[in-house]
Amino acid sequence: MFSFDLLFDAIVFGLLLGCFYAAVSIGLSVSFGLLDVPHIAHPAFVVLGSYGTYLLGTYGMDPIVSGITLMPLFFLFGVLVYRFYYETFEKRGGDAGVRGLAFFFGVAFIVEVSLILGFGVDQRMVEASYIGKSLTLGEMRIPIRMLVAFGMALILTVSLTLYLSRTFTGRAIKAVAQDEPALRLMGANPVRIKQWAFGIATAVAALAGALLIIIGPVEPGMGRVYIGRTFCVVVLAGLGSMSGTLVAGLILGVSESIVLTLLGASWAPAVSFGLLLIVLGLRPQGLFGR
Amino acid sequence: MTKRISMFWVGAAAALGLALFAAFSIKNEYFFFAGYVVLQFVVLATAWNILGGYAGYVNFGTSAFFGVGAYIAVMLIKFMNAPLALQIIAAAGVGALMGVSCGLLTLRLRGIFFSIATVAVAIILETVINNWRFVGGATGVQILRPPVMEPFDSYTKMIFVVAALLAIIAVATARYIQTSWIGRGLRAIRDNEEAAECAGVPTLKLKLLACAVSGALMGAIGAPLAMYQSFVEPASAFNLNYSVSALAMPIIGGTSHWIGPVIGAFLLGSVQQIVTVTITSELNVMVVGVLLVVFVVAAPDGIVGLFNKLWRKRPGAAKAP
Amino acid sequence: MSVAVPETLLHVDGVSKNFGGFAALSQVSIEVARGERFGLIGPNGSGKTTLINCISGALRNDGGSIRFAGEEISGLPAYQRTRRGIARSFQIPRPFKSMSVVENLIVPLEFVAHRGSLHKADTHAEAMHILEGMGLADKADTASSQLSQVELRKMELARAMAARPKLLISDEAMAGLSGNEVTEVLDILFKLNDTGITIIMIEHIMQAVMRFSQRVICLDAGAIICQGTPESIVQDPNVQRAYLGV
Repeated sequence: MFSFDLLFDAIVFGLLLGCFYAAVSIGLSVSFGLLDVPHIAHPAFVVLGSYGTYLLGTYGMDPIVSGITLMPLFFLFGVLVYRFYYETFEKRGGDAGVRGLAFFFGVAFIVEVSLILGFGVDQRMVEASYIGKSLTLGEMRIPIRMLVAFGMALILTVSLTLYLSRTFTGRAIKAVAQDEPALRLMGANPVRIKQWAFGIATAVAALAGALLIIIGPVEPGMGRVYIGRTFCVVVLAGLGSMSGTLVAGLILGVSESIVLTLLGASWAPAVSFGLLLIVLGLRPQGLFGR
Repeated sequence: MTKRISMFWVGAAAALGLALFAAFSIKNEYFFFAGYVVLQFVVLATAWNILGGYAGYVNFGTSAFFGVGAYIAVMLIKFMNAPLALQIIAAAGVGALMGVSCGLLTLRLRGIFFSIATVAVAIILETVINNWRFVGGATGVQILRPPVMEPFDSYTKMIFVVAALLAIIAVATARYIQTSWIGRGLRAIRDNEEAAECAGVPTLKLKLLACAVSGALMGAIGAPLAMYQSFVEPASAFNLNYSVSALAMPIIGGTSHWIGPVIGAFLLGSVQQIVTVTITSELNVMVVGVLLVVFVVAAPDGIVGLFNKLWRKRPGAAKAP
Repeated sequence: MSVAVPETLLHVDGVSKNFGGFAALSQVSIEVARGERFGLIGPNGSGKTTLINCISGALRNDGGSIRFAGEEISGLPAYQRTRRGIARSFQIPRPFKSMSVVENLIVPLEFVAHRGSLHKADTHAEAMHILEGMGLADKADTASSQLSQVELRKMELARAMAARPKLLISDEAMAGLSGNEVTEVLDILFKLNDTGITIIMIEHIMQAVMRFSQRVICLDAGAIICQGTPESIVQDPNVQRAYLGV
């Protein structure tokens, strides 16, 4: 049943999916890759963004517009979460590792259960003019929603990469990740920079959530599978590398797509975890890590 | 020290005696259902704490070990109608193997990657079982169990006593680890792994040991689930609630001492039962999550920690053990 | 009576260590005799701690061999090297924070000295004995997180001693201490050497190194630039250039 056509389809689909994975993961690239926060709850925030988009969709708002609208709210949310995390854990040091992980696990769980209580366990979808139609290129049919998600994801990833490397605040964020004491000596407040960064990461998660529900229906428990995908992308890219996130996302997307074609959908989650373990075993600094 | 040791075993024997007494005198079946659930959590919480509290490695996938235990039991029942004892031993063995595998793959890396690996194992195993028709796939499988098991007048009561026995074994194991050189080594690893290694502690071996013991206990208590419920399906055997509770209970009870998970299990287990019966079952799950976050933030040493603080404040108090 | 030829305890032969493209150590070879007091100096970033990490097992060397008491140890994990008799203290003290001072010592006692026969009473008494030798006996039951800097340094050494080492590596144990405290620690090291323990000392405090060492080696940019007696080292132009940049 193997054919090159099938493989080609899988690769194209994988590239589209991969770019989306990059967009979902780039927030984690900032919060875990740069700020070293054990943010297991990042995928849960993305799913929260999806449901926010769904909610706004019931009022007729286009999903992408909803995603963008949610960004300031999520930014604030991110700032608060980081501040809370910092005051409670990072400041005191010590056994913060276990407690930090348990904290974010608890937060992720609370988010999931809240979504179940609020929306039920059934899948939720949004509607838009570009959902449901496909583009036909020769032998291939590409769903337009995938192209929309791909485009938005590309814009998002590139924007954030440029922001971090070209703007003053962005470079301050990268600096605080590399050498916090030096930054402090230069008069900057590392905590304010970090909470700003975490806010951005969370805002980006909101938009990623909008893309998620564009690509397909969502349900509250989806976050867990994305833990593997997001951490895989972030580690494969190399902690602290933003541009690497796009490449890593594409690699994961294509790998998953090929496995999906050959072995079926149930094995797709295993790809990200498997790839993560391979990277950690062979080249833990990732592709572009510092 | 000897006095303390025998006090524990006296207490353990008394607990077992109490369980047997209840089995033979209480008529209300619901007591045994609820009791089984609490004892199950005592084992899961204690097992979790051996790796999480003593060694500092957070397992997010307790449901995987537990669910696998249940399905090993199912497989043995279907293959050869194996007795409960064999199911439990086999499940423990597989659980230990799973624990060691997770460890070998990730223990040389940072703690968070071990945790992520446990998520992976949980998701992948649930998928595998969902697609495996021999054990019933997503629809699950019915288990025929004898209605009565001599000398108890109901199978449920017998399983309840088995659970009590497993709980005592789990707690005794945790206590041994805590007070022995193993526990000291694990604490050294948790405090400063590099210094521990230079002090002669075989860090990888000890961590793998903790993984094996923890996994074995979790698998062991998963096995009786098949006979207890007479029906096993992946959605409930691999339920996320097991993972969250196994983590929340020791954190709430206190991770530094073997009695912490026991307190957490009894407390949280009872609260869960009450909330499920009086309000809703979804809310019960939310309660666990909220309590977890509250304790992690406000009372990181758990109830044991709070008790220690109060105990030390009283006049003429001796140093805490 | 024949003069005993000093036996080589530690033989580091052509050891290299790379981090990415950066060569932290290039073909370093040293020989340390049993019972010797050996000094290791060099400017910051010269590779001293990397060399120590390779010897103690915290890092694996990329090339060359390390022989301890005749046995090749480059492939062994750190805890096995400790069990064979190599102990080290850390530049920044790493106490087991959840444990008291005496418990900190009981860990190596249980895992190195008394492996196989574990009677808690014995290890406690032995730990107290070591603490008395260090002047820390009155702090035995104090939480290690509450010690002062000099007490932490002493505990680091005490903990290394509890592993009953043949070779003790002291990594800048005196950094940041006052004059009196430096003398205290130095006296401890002299006492330990008198009992037959070989000691490698890494230090920036020149007067301590000169007083203590029988032989000194100077590292710079991962290579040995000079070795010899303390007096000859101080006068060597290469060493002066490395430290003063002239």
